[in-house]
Amino acid sequence: MDVKPYGDTRDDGVMQLSFTLPIPNSAKATDVGKQYLEKMGFHDVAVAEVRSIDPGFTFYVAYARTEVSIDPDRVKGDYLDVEEMDYYAINTFIKKDVGHKLVVVGAAIESDAHTVGIDAILNMKGFAGNYGLERYPEIDAHNLGSQIPCEQLLKTALEKRADAILVSQIVTQKNIHVQNLTKMIELLEAEGVRERFIIVVGGPRINNAFAKELGYDAGFGPRTTPVQVASFLAQEAARRQNA
Amino acid sequence: MRLDQALVDRARTAAKSIADDVWRHIEAHTTDSVERTALRLLGIVGVNEIDVPLVNVVVEQGRDHLSSGIIAPFVALMMDSGMSAQHVAEGIATGTLTLAPVACERRDAVESHAARLAADGVERIDSARRRREELVAELSDPVKPWLYVIVATGNIHEDIAQAKAAARAGADVVAVIRTTAQSLLDYVPYGLTTEGFGGTYATQENFRYMRDGLDEVGAELGRYIRLCNYASGLCMPEIAAMGSLERLDMMLNDSMYGIIFRNINMERTFVDQYLARMLNARAGIIINTGEDNYLTTADAFEKGYTVVSSDFINEEFAGRAGLEQWQMGLGHAFEIDPARPDQVVFQIADALLVRQLFPQASPKYMPPTKYMPGDIFMGHIIDAMFNFVGVFTGQEIQLLGMLTEALHTPLLQDRYLSVKNAKYVFESCRSLRDEVAIRPGGIIERRADELLGKAVGQLEKVQDVGLFRALEMGEFADVSRDPGGGRGFDGVVKRSDDYFNPFYAALRQGRMSGPPVGPTPAERATLREGGR
Repeated sequence: MDVKPYGDTRDDGVMQLSFTLPIPNSAKATDVGKQYLEKMGFHDVAVAEVRSIDPGFTFYVAYARTEVSIDPDRVKGDYLDVEEMDYYAINTFIKKDVGHKLVVVGAAIESDAHTVGIDAILNMKGFAGNYGLERYPEIDAHNLGSQIPCEQLLKTALEKRADAILVSQIVTQKNIHVQNLTKMIELLEAEGVRERFIIVVGGPRINNAFAKELGYDAGFGPRTTPVQVASFLAQEAARRQNA
Repeated sequence: MRLDQALVDRARTAAKSIADDVWRHIEAHTTDSVERTALRLLGIVGVNEIDVPLVNVVVEQGRDHLSSGIIAPFVALMMDSGMSAQHVAEGIATGTLTLAPVACERRDAVESHAARLAADGVERIDSARRRREELVAELSDPVKPWLYVIVATGNIHEDIAQAKAAARAGADVVAVIRTTAQSLLDYVPYGLTTEGFGGTYATQENFRYMRDGLDEVGAELGRYIRLCNYASGLCMPEIAAMGSLERLDMMLNDSMYGIIFRNINMERTFVDQYLARMLNARAGIIINTGEDNYLTTADAFEKGYTVVSSDFINEEFAGRAGLEQWQMGLGHAFEIDPARPDQVVFQIADALLVRQLFPQASPKYMPPTKYMPGDIFMGHIIDAMFNFVGVFTGQEIQLLGMLTEALHTPLLQDRYLSVKNAKYVFESCRSLRDEVAIRPGGIIERRADELLGKAVGQLEKVQDVGLFRALEMGEFADVSRDPGGGRGFDGVVKRSDDYFNPFYAALRQGRMSGPPVGPTPAERATLREGGR
């Protein structure tokens, strides 16, 4: 069944909007904002605030109605079937349902010199206000950095008795990431240790379906935050523990 | 608020002894970055054909001589060839010149020539500091707490546009966030940059362009707008040198932060920090320390005292590098869980304690981040409480919280709303702290007393084991670091007896003192009225 935003009456389609246009706040600025929203398909536009926030920029707060609706049942995709927990819940969950500290080893592999992805997920400081896995008391995270050969990543994972391996691939020119990612899986299989690890991949051109196709347990795309990865790892580790 | 002076004295005594111990290490070592800094101060800029900075090339070529310092062999080449530092560096890069140890009998001549060159380098820093004093006197100096905002577009041109907008909205200090992981690079990138992840590369050219942009908007507004960047990570002193030359006004500059949160090797970064802080001291730059970050890992209610003890340690290290009290932007933060009853009361206690322990310093008060929700409306209210505590406890540098913290780098409108929030709270509560007294024996006094007591306990423990061992034990932020591990350890070199670096002496000689002085914006406006 289709739904629309709910203001104070079912299907009124009321939305609250705020945005900035790069124009001076002149006499017609209100109409510019209003017509812009109308162009987007909104109607009954009520501009509540028009404020110059710099000589060339005008800030708007507006309310408007939309006719656009959506049927939630028709939204489909290959989603990671994982319940997103917060930092505290994840630590408690690992303690209780996994029973030991989760050992995680991560790297940007092969030719890729970019640590931005793996750092965002693993580094203490984390990403977008979301702490990295190094900060989790119940996760023992090892960030090997960038340009790490698949062999070295596997060697470290075996030495540390890792539960999970995190692979980052930022560079995708000429599909180099596909080659690198395939190499990692082939190496795990050749050594007969594929099943020993939860192995996941992240990067700007990765999604879950694509990662599965390459033989990974999960894939994480742009804007992934550490809690999403940690939630998956914790739940997958618990699932395997109990399998 | 009453404080136990005996505890305060014990804290300072312990901090001194902690620093003494690290000092023996600092004075016995140099680093790649320290040597590169000396070269930069001789005026070397630019990169070779594969974008490696010339100062890195020279230090690599002179690796065998580093224990004696790069300056003597380098200056000897300048004297032999009659060429400028830049040309000698280029010669070394192309292979036409080679560094060689300086013979004993030449040593005096080379060293006295190098000392003159060092004095010239320092004079460039002094002239930037004098220019700041002129500008503050001519324009005006904003009333404290200063409103400190960040820009983080990744593109220097966008950064400048956003910084100007922020200043016009009321910001007094603009910090340009660096690109992800620049602190881990063992070189400083060169030139104007337009690509960065979540921030913009700190390069000397970027510094200069942003400085010009802020001077421009400062002149328009009649208010000196301060510029802040990050002298931290593996190139700490080099960035301090660049900032000193390009008249930055503030620098994040804290080894403890790098060790704990960036896994920079501790033996490396304490040596780097000493020179970086000497440069900042000389340049009249206010340093910011990173204690606030401890409370993003450890719990702010339970571990609030670690901020206080680290502030004492940082005060001691800063003083030894010649930083005056007003140049010490000691860090602390508003990070207690808003769900805790009396959260704001406890935050007042914590913030007031720092203010009273360091009355002449310029504490930097950091906004809530850990418990900021995706619900921006609620976030805006938490930020308002933070602003209230800032003005009520007399903080000097208030890093403004953003309602979209944890969501994305601030949009133009986020920053506008944030400045508006702070201005409203500051102006509406400006005199409140003069009107009310803290109840003796009440929650605030008890909390502050407890924090101070625990801080003294921690400092005395650190004094017993030494700072390096304490960091290994995870005393701060619940993070443990290995003295021989982390990044940059291979760039630490033991000094030999003939180690020479003229900048250590030159930076101390004839240093200016005191903050720049100017009218408040209101006084300036009145002066102008009267003049008409």
